[in-house]
Amino acid sequence: MINELGHFALVLAFAVSIAQSIIPMWGAHKGYAEPMRFAQPAAITAFLLVGLSFAALTHAFLNSDFSLKVVASNSHSLKPLLYKISGVWGNHEGSMLLWVLILTLFGGLVAALGNAIPPELKARTLAVQGMVGVAFLAFILFTSNPFDRLPFPPEDGSGLNPLLQDPGLAFHPPFLYLGYVGLSMPFSFAVAALIEGRVDAGWARWVRPWALAAWSALTIGIALGSYWAYYELGWGGWWFWDPVENASFMPWLVATALLHSVIVVEKRGTLQSWTILLAIIGFSLSLVGTFIVRSGIITSVHAFANDPERGVFILAMLGLAVGGSLILYTWRAPQLRSDAVFSTMSRESALVLNNLLMSVSCAVVFIGTLYPLMVELATDGESKISVGAPFFDLAFAPLMVLVLLVMPIGTALPWKRGDLPKAMTRIWPAVLLAFCVGTVFAMLRWGGPILAPFAIMLAFWAIFGVLADLGERVKLGRAPISESLRRLANLPRSVWGQAIAHIGFGATAFGVAAITAWASEDIRTANAGDMIPLSTYEIRFDGVTIENGPNFRSDIGRFTIFEGGEEVGRISSETRFYPVQNAYTTEAGIRASLVEDVYVSLGDKQSNGSWAIRSYVKPYANWIWLGALIMTLGGLLSLSDRRHRVGAPTRAKRQKVVAAE
Amino acid sequence: MRIVLAFVALLMALPAQAVEPDEILSDPVLESRARELSKGLRCLVCRNQSIDDSDASLAKDLRVVVRERLIAGDSDEAVIEFVVNRYGEYVLLKPRFSIGNAALYLGGPFLLLIGGFAFWRMTRQSEVAHQKVAAAGVTPLSDDERRKLDALIGKPD
Repeated sequence: MINELGHFALVLAFAVSIAQSIIPMWGAHKGYAEPMRFAQPAAITAFLLVGLSFAALTHAFLNSDFSLKVVASNSHSLKPLLYKISGVWGNHEGSMLLWVLILTLFGGLVAALGNAIPPELKARTLAVQGMVGVAFLAFILFTSNPFDRLPFPPEDGSGLNPLLQDPGLAFHPPFLYLGYVGLSMPFSFAVAALIEGRVDAGWARWVRPWALAAWSALTIGIALGSYWAYYELGWGGWWFWDPVENASFMPWLVATALLHSVIVVEKRGTLQSWTILLAIIGFSLSLVGTFIVRSGIITSVHAFANDPERGVFILAMLGLAVGGSLILYTWRAPQLRSDAVFSTMSRESALVLNNLLMSVSCAVVFIGTLYPLMVELATDGESKISVGAPFFDLAFAPLMVLVLLVMPIGTALPWKRGDLPKAMTRIWPAVLLAFCVGTVFAMLRWGGPILAPFAIMLAFWAIFGVLADLGERVKLGRAPISESLRRLANLPRSVWGQAIAHIGFGATAFGVAAITAWASEDIRTANAGDMIPLSTYEIRFDGVTIENGPNFRSDIGRFTIFEGGEEVGRISSETRFYPVQNAYTTEAGIRASLVEDVYVSLGDKQSNGSWAIRSYVKPYANWIWLGALIMTLGGLLSLSDRRHRVGAPTRAKRQKVVAAE
Repeated sequence: MRIVLAFVALLMALPAQAVEPDEILSDPVLESRARELSKGLRCLVCRNQSIDDSDASLAKDLRVVVRERLIAGDSDEAVIEFVVNRYGEYVLLKPRFSIGNAALYLGGPFLLLIGGFAFWRMTRQSEVAHQKVAAAGVTPLSDDERRKLDALIGKPD
């Protein structure tokens, strides 16, 4: 009964979304106030209906209602509660429902809280948002209905993929979706602005928080996925340049560009048409990502669904959204003229440079991801090539070097007109400090890769550059310390947010450089009691015990870590066996710290009774994700800036921050 | 997101991970060369995964082949050549530069150049306009003046 209610609510939401995408648009065109106002109740109703539907599906999962096909094939009565909940979106149908839930939530928030948005813009934006909703609801209802019943329900379900039974992965998809779908808001605003033919500072102020929120959610979502790979896959890899990863990384790069360019629109009234284009591309890449993951076109084993019917549906949707908006863009964008004047050395030109580097980075990832597919299509399968990590590392790293190089200078430049020497005098201590840090690392890690200390220098240049600029802003050292502190306390939150996010970026770069350059490993077979020498440590293998978890059995290898003869820690590394799926997972044992992780992974039992054991030292690994966390924090702080709240659709954004957490 | 590797592990239904102890060569120099080479070679049955990371049995076979060639005294290039002759260029995770792959390699630099040129022109135009204004002895409106003017002509903020 509840399932049918959920299904019915979804059909109703589809009908409401159709109305939402037509009536307000027509009203805005004619200038009729009532039809325009219709967007509000429609958007809110759509959200409530999808929410109801989602609740019904969650109910089915919680109660292990195996008469539903998705529940039967993705859940199991013995599964822990957390994974019964995360199981709702741990499958194709449910994850699409989550997608639409977030989409309508954002639409609902704009409707309920965006009172300050001019009525035409609001009506059109919500109408475009409604169109996206129509497309996705149709996709769910016609190709991926989560409420499909089984005529003969099984006794028990086949369980959730054990790899998804992990806290990190339970929350990874919702954050990614918050980001993906968050980009639908700038997209809707952009299309609405194109229809209206006007982009001004006000428009930028409404778009900026959504870009920030989407970016923050994407950052944390990608970081969660990366951290999960690190501890779960058993050898400490954290980024693989896999098509599915790239699918989430491309929107992040564009969102990064967008949130910088929208600042220029707001402050300087220029770059309008470029910003509109970025907003369109950002969401288009979210759709491309969805397409890649959901259609399985790039045969990444990741693709949950491998159904061509679904692939074709998403492709049609993609074509309509991207094609339609780009046609609208080429038709309308030339009317968006900007008149602001700025020189080569200015804050806005630094922001343009950021946009250039981020867009090219995104293009490189895009080309690399789709190239094998293109070659295969072009040669009719005659010739096949692979594009993997070695290529991406080569193509991507130089661009990031440029980003790190320019970033601190950009923040030190004033608007309109600046000059390089003046900016450098603001931040010269950073050059010195970064050089010192690089030298220290070169000595500490003597004999490592030659380039590593330079990469470290660059990362710290970014961090110290931001700090130096902050110090300059509060007249550190030039005014009494109390005055500096007072100024520091009075800095707007957006300034804090920017500084913190930039520091986070530097921290991530530091972690990436360090783990790439200085990781060490040992692979061997060992018996209980054996000592494994590794870097400055010795690891004693204390043997394996067998224990039972809620829905798995695990071999637990125990290890004691010694450094200089002293015991410094104990860790255990598991191999779990899930009988329901007849599958294994590994849980690495990690002694984590900010300096280095000792990482031990238990392998197979050998025929002679010993065990395969891989141990690694991963220097500064945690800085990668810590940096991402700091970036997210910066984004959220900036989002909470009073200037975003005053006047504009601002309260809507605050609500969304809550949602993003 | 790294389900990829993980799914492969599932297909195997064994938690074996990448390089196994019995494969490792006693000569550390040869072994480290083998590891470096493995990172650039694709596991043919997995997607976008190097044989160094893969736990598929085919990847293991290929790792052993690489090590055998190294022991036989092949140079790094000769090993790669040997593997490519057997399995085709598909096995290389970083494709060789060729006419067909030109767009892959030059796409990024090309866009960077185009973008850089557009950037230069944009700021150049601005500079010229600025100089003209300065030469004419006219001071452009300050932000404050512009806001007042906008208010007067009813142009919204």
